[in-house]
Amino acid sequence: MSVVTLTINDQLVSASSGETILQAARSVGIDIPTLCYVEGLTAHGGCRMCLVEVEGARQLQPACFLNVNEGMTIRTETDQLREYRKMIVELLLAEGNHTCSICVANNNCELQDAAVEMGVDHERLEYTYPQREVDVSHERFGVDHNRCILCTRCVRVCDELEGAHTWDISGRGANLKMITDMNQPWGESPTCTSCGKCFMACPTGAIFQKGSTASELDHNRAKLDFLINARENQLWEL
Amino acid sequence: MTGRNGDRIKLATVWLGGCSGCHMSFLDLDEWLFELAMFADVVFTPLVDIKEYPEHVDAVLVEGAVANEDNLEFIRLVRERSKWLISFGDCAVTGNVTALRNPLGDPLTILERSYIELADVNPRLPDEPDILPPLLDRVEPLHRVVHVDAYIPGCPPPADRIRKSLEAIRDGRLPKLEGQDIQFG
Ligand code: SF4
Ligand code: SF4
Ligand code: SF4
Repeated sequence: MSVVTLTINDQLVSASSGETILQAARSVGIDIPTLCYVEGLTAHGGCRMCLVEVEGARQLQPACFLNVNEGMTIRTETDQLREYRKMIVELLLAEGNHTCSICVANNNCELQDAAVEMGVDHERLEYTYPQREVDVSHERFGVDHNRCILCTRCVRVCDELEGAHTWDISGRGANLKMITDMNQPWGESPTCTSCGKCFMACPTGAIFQKGSTASELDHNRAKLDFLINARENQLWEL
Repeated sequence: MTGRNGDRIKLATVWLGGCSGCHMSFLDLDEWLFELAMFADVVFTPLVDIKEYPEHVDAVLVEGAVANEDNLEFIRLVRERSKWLISFGDCAVTGNVTALRNPLGDPLTILERSYIELADVNPRLPDEPDILPPLLDRVEPLHRVVHVDAYIPGCPPPADRIRKSLEAIRDGRLPKLEGQDIQFG
């Protein structure tokens, strides 16, 4: 792979040609916020938190999907991007039912962290208050669709890391919903191995461990990182 | 000590569709309440028995969402008579627990579920005209109903967050919280 040089926020950055802007930026300590992205899983490009400005391009581009190119000039921190990221968080909050005070993920939620980071002190949009279900048929886990931000992390981790492909997406637009197998209760899933990787990957309180309270809930993302590192780099030592 | 212009600040607190937890947290200011008393007159609050909301209030902290017709009428009066109206706690800012009924349908469906279907004895809908205010179709956060000048999130907001906001008001500034101070829940 050849090495390319590009400019990110006035800083010269070298990266290998196969890398994305997100990887190149993070490798030099420039953080671009993400919600649906998980290092080591296929990029999804769904949440749009990682949008960046590319000089010469008319549209903003998701950094998780944009490959580096020789001579590119990228901006990751502009007033416009900050405003858009704030709006994205507000859109996510408005389209689900996110009552943080009763959420098992409280203080352990990436959506909440993003809201704090983006300066969301209230919601400018009208809440839609959708009527959504909670499925607690699984022996160890539950899924509260009210908290789901449709990031598909559960789908990708279950498919790509566990190899079970229990999770999928059904519906379109506002009817989008995460389903297990053929849209049957999770507890009746013939494919789920109960490994808990979807729970570890979920950024919000949508997938939770049964019996844990807000203070006990820990998604244990480090375990997921370990598994991904082990798979990609064949490093299995703890 | 007094407010910025040497005048004492006329402060109010109001309780709409909330559990009073935000007001309990206000009392958690403990001895700082003495400091507060040095620069502010609390001219209206559910913690004492004042019947009428006064005119020319400098700042009011409003707890709770707008859930019934009384809330709606009162918040409009409060807005008219106050310079700064501050959303106090998650119910005021987002609807929070008070708004949990919104996804379930209209008020009648919810009242029937609570007072008839789930009643052990004496199933009947609460109905006391002029005493019990009718529920609004949908619980709304304050800023969807009146103009709100500042926000103090939290369920309830911790006392130090309330204190920061009151210190800003003392110094003649609108509170503008950031970082962990704007965490919900
Ligand atoms: S517990 Fe494991 S196998 Fe079951 S749905 Fe989650 S990731 Fe897939
Ligand atoms: S259940 Fe969790 S991981 Fe799956 S799409 Fe929803 S928020 Fe993302
Ligand atoms: S925000 Fe929490 S503490 Fe305050 S009134 Fe609502 S439920 Fe009660």
